[in-house]
Amino acid sequence: MYQSLALTVTVLGIALIVVVFLYFASSAREAPGDGPSRAARWRNGIFWVMLLSFIPITVYSLTLVPFPASVPAGGNPLVVDVVGRQWSWSMSRNRFAAGRPIEFHVRASDVNHGFAIYGPEMQVITQTQAMPGYTNVLRHTFTAPGTYQILCLEYCGLIHHAMKTTFTVVAATGTQL
Amino acid sequence: MTQTWNTSEPVTPEVRTYAAVTGVVLLLLMFFGVLLRMTQGQWLGIGPDLFYQIMTAHGIGMVAIVTLGGMAVIWHFMGRYLALHRAAAIANLVLFLVGVVMVLASIFLGGYAAAWTMLYPLSSHSLQVWSDLAASGYLVGVLLVGVGMLVFYLEIARAIATQYEGGFKAALGWKRLRTGNKEDAPPPPIIAGAVCTIGNLVGTLFGAVILVMMLIHVFLPQFAFSALLAKNFIFLFGHVVINVAIYMAVVAVYEILPRYTGRPWGVYPAFILAWNATLLMVLTVYPHHLLMDFAMPDWMAFWGQIISYASALPVFAVTLVGTLANVHRSGMRWDLASGLLVLSIFGWSAGIVPAVLDGTIAINQVMHNTQWVPGHFHTYLLLGVVPMLLAFMTWIGNQGRAGQFGAVRGGTFWLYAVAGLGFTMAFLFAGSAGVPRRYAVHLAQWVGYDRVASVFALLVLLAAALIILPAVVRIATRGRTVAAAAAR
Repeated sequence: MYQSLALTVTVLGIALIVVVFLYFASSAREAPGDGPSRAARWRNGIFWVMLLSFIPITVYSLTLVPFPASVPAGGNPLVVDVVGRQWSWSMSRNRFAAGRPIEFHVRASDVNHGFAIYGPEMQVITQTQAMPGYTNVLRHTFTAPGTYQILCLEYCGLIHHAMKTTFTVVAATGTQL
Repeated sequence: MTQTWNTSEPVTPEVRTYAAVTGVVLLLLMFFGVLLRMTQGQWLGIGPDLFYQIMTAHGIGMVAIVTLGGMAVIWHFMGRYLALHRAAAIANLVLFLVGVVMVLASIFLGGYAAAWTMLYPLSSHSLQVWSDLAASGYLVGVLLVGVGMLVFYLEIARAIATQYEGGFKAALGWKRLRTGNKEDAPPPPIIAGAVCTIGNLVGTLFGAVILVMMLIHVFLPQFAFSALLAKNFIFLFGHVVINVAIYMAVVAVYEILPRYTGRPWGVYPAFILAWNATLLMVLTVYPHHLLMDFAMPDWMAFWGQIISYASALPVFAVTLVGTLANVHRSGMRWDLASGLLVLSIFGWSAGIVPAVLDGTIAINQVMHNTQWVPGHFHTYLLLGVVPMLLAFMTWIGNQGRAGQFGAVRGGTFWLYAVAGLGFTMAFLFAGSAGVPRRYAVHLAQWVGYDRVASVFALLVLLAAALIILPAVVRIATRGRTVAAAAAR
């Protein structure tokens, strides 16, 4: 969802900037009047409008949190230990039930890796870094059954692009996996 | 001080050399970039080992060369107000060239390929893909480039402190804010140069510290330290250096565009506040690179998000509006240099949009290290800082005179602009589809994005060559002075 939101806002935002620039570029050849241009006189006003709009936009952006590390898992989370190493993943289990909160405890045994979960449609669902010396806790509850992939999203050397594994999410059956 | 252009300006040999080197190296590194995209698009059969070597050279090279280009810009325009010692610029260039040779040898002879971010401890942990000698050669090479930068900025700092009336306080515009006297306003190159000098002195020092620590670790593995601390240092250094490159190059817009429009660039209180805020923000915003490192304190992630949003303000509210106000109904003449200058502010502004979105924690969680990231930074580098530098080269090559914007030059300009936008949009669309960055081999469903990007990349390279090569020849043969306000 956030991917399409980001792309839409970006395309519309850049298109708006293109239109603004084309307008001003086409007006640049017009004969100058005396004194500063009208646009220059608007300068301070535009600055304050932007400053005042910045505050609510930033506050709104913060409501898009809760921050992933702070999200309570809720329920009875299943803890899954994940270790990244050049160039493979090991997970303490690879079959989960949809609807069951999962806590991935992610670390690395050698260099930095990126633990990214791709859904059945190959969209990034969530991610965290896998670091030597630290354990990052990633909480997620899968809603759709299917085959998911783990891809490494932090460059880690020669076989980085092939550092993958898969796991399965099955429909909730009442028996917790 | 008010901008005036009463006399012609000399262009020193060091500025001409910096500009020419920048042009040639930019072309080479753009060619490397084309190879990367064509390999991902399965049009070239470059193996992963060479792919990651080229990727490392492209990344570190681009950061270094746009920095050198930005240095040419501020050295030239600050030189109108300060007597700068040429020896510092020469020492910087020599250290830069020696460092570049070491980096290239380490990469292409030694096989080093830890990406330009060289996250600890990858340099010394390649699983025998490269040797400790190659790793140390790379780290020392980057360190030498950094030492050159320190020499360069210390010379500018010395000149501001000893020659500019009021020193750094006046150069940063604090005197103007305190007295309310317009005559106390620093000219744009001085305030921007002061901010860049402080920013890069701090950023480069953090970079030097972590480079030395990693270098020791290569030869003394028991000297180990926190990978998270190393990441903090690397991203602080990297973020500051690449952003300061833009802040240096934008001085070309502040100084050259007004000569076309006849309107001096206004240094008013909001402009001064924006540049001072920029200095604070560029030094503190780097946690937005670490949003997926949950071991970081939460408050730093929130801070990274808030400052990411705030960082957009100075660009939009001051430089973007200032540029549009400067050209609006100015009667200016369009030529290649003036067109590139306005394009650069478009690219910088456009790149801010996906950059700010990626600085949002919730969005970063599904975009981090996808091609969204090179998408946003190529927008404000390929369409922002590079056009600033191309405009500077073209302006010097034309000796400050306005050129003709005929079919060839006009066509070249639009080819660069449209292909550049197409190239960056291919990255952004791929990023939103989840395509990872820094993959030598792509899945079949990702290849379409790569091929579209490859076609645009080839067109950008062609346009860049048509701009850079004539400019470099002219800089070498006749760019010794630029005329007074003859650009109209």
